[in-house]
Amino acid sequence: MKFLANIFDSQRKHFEKGGKLEVFYPLFEAKETFLFTTPHRTHGGAHIRDAVDSKRFMSTVIVALLPCLIFGIYNIGYQYYAAQGLQADVMNYFCIGMWKALPIILVSYAVGGTWELLFALIRKHEINEGFLVTGLLLPLIVPPNIPLWQLALAVSFGVVIGKEVFGGTGMNIFNPALTARAFLFFAFASDISGSAPWTFLGGDLVMSAKQAVAGWSGATPLAIASEAIKGSSVESLMAFAPGDYSLTNMFIGLIPGSIGETSTLACLVGALILIATGIASARIIISIFLGGAVMGLIFNSVADGSSNAMLAMPFYYHYVMGGFAFGAVFMATDPVSAANTNLGKIIYGFFIGFIAVLIRVVNPAYPEGMMLAILFMNMSAPLIDHYVVQAHIKKRLSRG
Amino acid sequence: MASSEMKSLVIDPVMDKNPVTVQSLGICSALAVTTQVAPSLVMAIAVTVVIACSNAVISSIRNLIPSKIRIIVQLVVVATMVILVDQVLKAYAYNVSKSLSVFVGLIITNCIVMGRLEAFAMHQPVGKSFLDGIASGIGYGWVIVLVGFCRELLGSGKVLGVQVVPDALYDIGYTNNGLMVLAPGAFLLLGTIIWIQRTINDSLQEKE
Repeated sequence: MKFLANIFDSQRKHFEKGGKLEVFYPLFEAKETFLFTTPHRTHGGAHIRDAVDSKRFMSTVIVALLPCLIFGIYNIGYQYYAAQGLQADVMNYFCIGMWKALPIILVSYAVGGTWELLFALIRKHEINEGFLVTGLLLPLIVPPNIPLWQLALAVSFGVVIGKEVFGGTGMNIFNPALTARAFLFFAFASDISGSAPWTFLGGDLVMSAKQAVAGWSGATPLAIASEAIKGSSVESLMAFAPGDYSLTNMFIGLIPGSIGETSTLACLVGALILIATGIASARIIISIFLGGAVMGLIFNSVADGSSNAMLAMPFYYHYVMGGFAFGAVFMATDPVSAANTNLGKIIYGFFIGFIAVLIRVVNPAYPEGMMLAILFMNMSAPLIDHYVVQAHIKKRLSRG
Repeated sequence: MASSEMKSLVIDPVMDKNPVTVQSLGICSALAVTTQVAPSLVMAIAVTVVIACSNAVISSIRNLIPSKIRIIVQLVVVATMVILVDQVLKAYAYNVSKSLSVFVGLIITNCIVMGRLEAFAMHQPVGKSFLDGIASGIGYGWVIVLVGFCRELLGSGKVLGVQVVPDALYDIGYTNNGLMVLAPGAFLLLGTIIWIQRTINDSLQEKE
């Protein structure tokens, strides 16, 4: 460590005011504070000094994301073999998974990081650490077969339009990773919906395309559920669908879907890490699940005689399908775009779950309602906070 | 007329007092007609003609209009101009007129037209009013044509109906951007133009 510190100390003079490489100070600063605690100290005033700055904060989220990432990589390989009716050992699963996931993650970080650096240089501020998380969140919510150029465009859109337009990290209205995902969904709909994008079957330069076994569909559980016809129950459809769509299997996550969001189990592990370290708000996560349950039960009560079979689906199916759990744990809890008052967090979370299930069941064109629900509530969060604060002020005033 | 006054009369509505990007007027039609270049171009010309002619007419009778009913008089003049433009389009450019559908008629409600009448033509001589109308129309026009150009290029790979994105690019996996065909695409492009304009010209930014 001393050795590294010496390098930084000896090089600092080049990057400080008047140095040859002054323009690149943000880059230097970013590397230094990533490895060591920041050299800046607060001047006067009663500030709490804590080891947790936003860089440590973000690193914790990365750690919490690891279960989802590792499982997601495993699942790409698992689906690759399962679609061909084969089984292989764990190492093969991981190798296939890495082959697909690594380029996606690299492109996401490279493109996003370049934009961050560019804006930091132009605006002459330090490189914000927000992208550390966004850069990993986005690969986890895209299908494994996403074309890399589309991903690069989406990252640019998420960082520039989703964040930098509003002034950079901490100023954004919407979650940048979800903004990028929404861009992909609306701009390149054919590459991110249907049943083809979710399972890697080869076809790259190195790996020749493989043939899936007959009857294999590759559809995500949500797509199957939204196509369920009158008279059939979604549960029975799931049980007979090619591939294993049982409740347990969907909970574990061995189903086609976006890279990191299939496993509810892995999301729960991440949630425990985030809540235990005090980074994500348990209020938001719990009220999202609550909101989903309420909407699900309302639908169940009106399901009789309706042509929409998804109405009758038990609400807990929503938890394990698609990105519900992942969105609840990692997307909705983003402290910048979420509501900030305690009551506000509950209202915010409740309506995310509520609207997500509403969109999923009622609008078959948007099988994944979670993304739209979170973006919608991101937009409403400042309003919720405003009214919560106003109500509080009113209550205090009336007390005299 | 002093030449600097003349210059600001013509340049301001095009750049620093642009009706669309600075005053946020006429956004509705800027979103609706800009999926392709051709309708945007025709719309830009139609709006320019309507603003310029109504400006000139209203300016010439500005001292005769009782101020209490001026809005009604303005509306009558604007409506007349719009109907004229609409008829000309139907006669000579039927296809474009069809693709623009109600939006030609809706020029009546375009805030830029009423805005220029109220703010300019009611107090200025005919020549200047006419010039102001032309400049405002161009200010509106270049923005929607630019938006239309980007939306048609990115959304359908064409410019003015001619395919410009080569087939070879499609073959290696390029796809058109579906977002650009939707109205939010126009919002995003418009926002980007405003962002660039305000970055170049500091004086347009609100002081903190």
